[in-house]
Amino acid sequence: MNKMVPLPSKAIVPERDADKLPILDVRHLGIDFGGLTAVDDFNFTMGRTEIGGLIGPNGAGKTTVFNLLTNVYRPTRGSILLDGVDTLGMSTYQVNKLGIARTFQNIRLFSNMTVLDNVKVGLHNNTKSNLFASVTHGFGYHKAERQAKERALELLSVFHMQDLANAQAGSLPYGAQRRLEIVRALATEPGIMLLDEPAAGMNPSETAELMENIRKIRDTFQIAIMLIEHDMSLVMGICEGIAVLNYGKIIAKGTPDEIKSNPAVIEAYLGKKGA
Amino acid sequence: MERIKKKMKPLAGNLITLAIVCVLFAVVFILVETGHATRHMRAMLVPICINIILAVSLNLTVGFLGELTLGHAGFMSVGAYAGCLFSIAMKDILPMAARFPLAMLVGGLVAALFGVLIGIPVLRLHGDYLAIVTLAFGEIIRSVIINLEFTGGAAGLKGTPQDSTFVIAFAVVLITLLVIMNLVNSRHGRAITAIRDNRIAAEASGINVTYFRMLAFVIAAFFAGVAGVLYGHNLSILSASTFDYNKSIELLVIVVLGGMGSIRGSVISAIIITVLPEALRELADFRMLIYALVLIVMMLLNASPRFAALKGKLHYGALVDAIRNKANKEGKAHE
Amino acid sequence: MMDLIANLISGLSLGSIYALIALGYTMVYGIAKMLNFAHGDIIMVGAFAVITTVSMLGFPPALAIAASVVCCVVLGVCVERIAYKPLRKSPPLAVLITAIGVSYFLQSLALLIFGSTQHSFPKVISVPTLELGSLTIRGDMLVTLAVTTAIMVGMSLFIAKSRTGKAMRAVSEDRDAAELMGISVNRTITITFAIGSALAAVAGVFYGTTYGFIGPYTGSMPGIKAFVAAVFGGIGSMPGAMLGGILLGVIENLAKRYISTELSDAIVFAVLIIVLMVKPTGLLGKRVTEKV
Repeated sequence: MNKMVPLPSKAIVPERDADKLPILDVRHLGIDFGGLTAVDDFNFTMGRTEIGGLIGPNGAGKTTVFNLLTNVYRPTRGSILLDGVDTLGMSTYQVNKLGIARTFQNIRLFSNMTVLDNVKVGLHNNTKSNLFASVTHGFGYHKAERQAKERALELLSVFHMQDLANAQAGSLPYGAQRRLEIVRALATEPGIMLLDEPAAGMNPSETAELMENIRKIRDTFQIAIMLIEHDMSLVMGICEGIAVLNYGKIIAKGTPDEIKSNPAVIEAYLGKKGA
Repeated sequence: MERIKKKMKPLAGNLITLAIVCVLFAVVFILVETGHATRHMRAMLVPICINIILAVSLNLTVGFLGELTLGHAGFMSVGAYAGCLFSIAMKDILPMAARFPLAMLVGGLVAALFGVLIGIPVLRLHGDYLAIVTLAFGEIIRSVIINLEFTGGAAGLKGTPQDSTFVIAFAVVLITLLVIMNLVNSRHGRAITAIRDNRIAAEASGINVTYFRMLAFVIAAFFAGVAGVLYGHNLSILSASTFDYNKSIELLVIVVLGGMGSIRGSVISAIIITVLPEALRELADFRMLIYALVLIVMMLLNASPRFAALKGKLHYGALVDAIRNKANKEGKAHE
Repeated sequence: MMDLIANLISGLSLGSIYALIALGYTMVYGIAKMLNFAHGDIIMVGAFAVITTVSMLGFPPALAIAASVVCCVVLGVCVERIAYKPLRKSPPLAVLITAIGVSYFLQSLALLIFGSTQHSFPKVISVPTLELGSLTIRGDMLVTLAVTTAIMVGMSLFIAKSRTGKAMRAVSEDRDAAELMGISVNRTITITFAIGSALAAVAGVFYGTTYGFIGPYTGSMPGIKAFVAAVFGGIGSMPGAMLGGILLGVIENLAKRYISTELSDAIVFAVLIIVLMVKPTGLLGKRVTEKV
């Protein structure tokens, strides 16, 4: 069973990861937009193979946290250590190379490119062919492309999407587009993957399948996964550690059971006298 | 549920384009050699090649990167002057066989250098701002060249050896097509197209957006410069006023007409736009008006769902499906 | 000293013309979220309208100016309906290309109708020169300053107080919410284009009076410079457009007088580039963070 072990920054990670450096160590993270404080004193740690959840009412600042973690925004306060490295000042693509990938709340695919090409873009930094090779289609170009194609198909098969390889990404059904985004993020070989509302628009059976797939990804690739989700069955079903955000601040942190019965959480979602 | 669209493999498309270009060259070459080409036709051959190179390189930024640059003519002029000055300086030192390719390389590299210098400030911007600033730079280049001594000033540059021939121009067209086609269908090309389709997702997928925007911009500038050298060695006087806003618009019209992101479209459209004004001499006064209408109409058509449906029916995937369906029906009929 | 003051005054006059044009740019940008590349050419159309009505139809000045305003408003509304409205959901690149197409269309049409020679602009403002000691101020500059100031004040009041002004502000903040509140977005955008075109027509009259000659390409440079002014002041901000326009006119005039006439255009462009590098939101603009 996943026993949680306390860490210096009062975080919790699964016991199996306790002796390893946390993949993500966030301390006192905060950002102000003009006069508005969107996120404040955000402390969170992720074990190397942990599935964590970030929940909270709409507008609580969850996506803002993701944007901070991927350096889309520059924090006003606090620090982010990704695999032990301070990411302050890095650009988004550098942070991705370091090991953090994400999906987006409103799907962001390369809609005019094929499914396979979308994944190949994710493989960009892991494909060995320099500019000269690209321009001449020689000097190792074909070998690199072949390897990229094989790897991309391999990744697509995790979600049984390999037959859609040549379809245009923009013409896929909604659920397939969401899955493709996850595959593309996986292709960047991250140490931690951030999924922003991956179950949005899915029915219960699709959600159950997604839960299976997320677990499968974690087990196969041995990476950490952090979710923003509103679907409580998904969150309570697979997350090992959950943080609850309201008005930009963490109001509760713990295991699913602890969170479920936390009065502050219930009040945040349902208001006073709720439940 | 919408039918899932399949895309044609890019390699096949590119081979078709190359085949078309080579066949056209062969046909024209034979016509010229056997004396069946009129003087008018022969005079258009190098300009057609020049416009193809310009259009395909502009398509790299407009169609594949998705950014409108209105200063392409500026890079053409910088390359032209650099290449021509080189040729004039080396006129008695190097034989044409060495001098002309070197001149083209010089022109291309100088244009590429300007691409880097201009790109550093410009590529921090997007969309409207980027377009206006590239326009501004194009105008600045033109004004500066006219006001310089060693470029011949307003009177123009004289004395460039007339080295441009159809065969050489065609060879350069082939090289341009190969380089750009290869680039677009490679890891680097995917990065560039990804930036066009969704810059934020591209960045999140590990792509150094600034580097790739610069790459597309500079490569486009290089080929514009090479085209400029070809142009400069095809005229007796090189004048900076040819490389003005009108020229940049004409190039944009070629790219838009041929389809942004379609190399084959740019080739065909470049040929049409170079040949048509000659063929429709009576309409010469209306040429600018027609270009303007082409731009507006093409954009309105692209936005209309009916046109998209029509294009969808003509799409490669749809044709394949249609043929397959017909074959299935016939197969079933025989059972 | 007198020289400098005279230069400043003519700079203010030129600047207020730019401010009028920039106002139109920024209003359309704020509400329709597009850069109307063809805006500068509407100035040219307005000026030619005055030339045509005065020289060929013998209209008195006031009527000619009114006719020009009507003509430009009709043109602006038609362009919006035909070329821009169908593209509201299209990517910005498509709208930009269309706007360039419209601009080119107007220029080539003018070229066909009026030829490439410069046409002289009739004298529609007959206010005598003012002499203050050794300082001579052209009458038309005073009129330009007075009228544009009145227009700018009027526009600010209109936007702040009137119902249409409130609707315009609402649409520029959040188009969908405005629609849900019962504001007709189509009508608001059309009115914005109409007002912008009317301002351009007035600017055309003053421009023609200041420089005396109009040709098919006359609109494009002031148009680009007014765009620079709008960006300088902060695109989307009306006070910014006015401030930017005036500042730019003064800077350009100073550059023409004390540095070089040929380089004055380049200097204006340099201002644009520097502004976009250092403070892309301009002097009075707001920082807009992209929603990820």
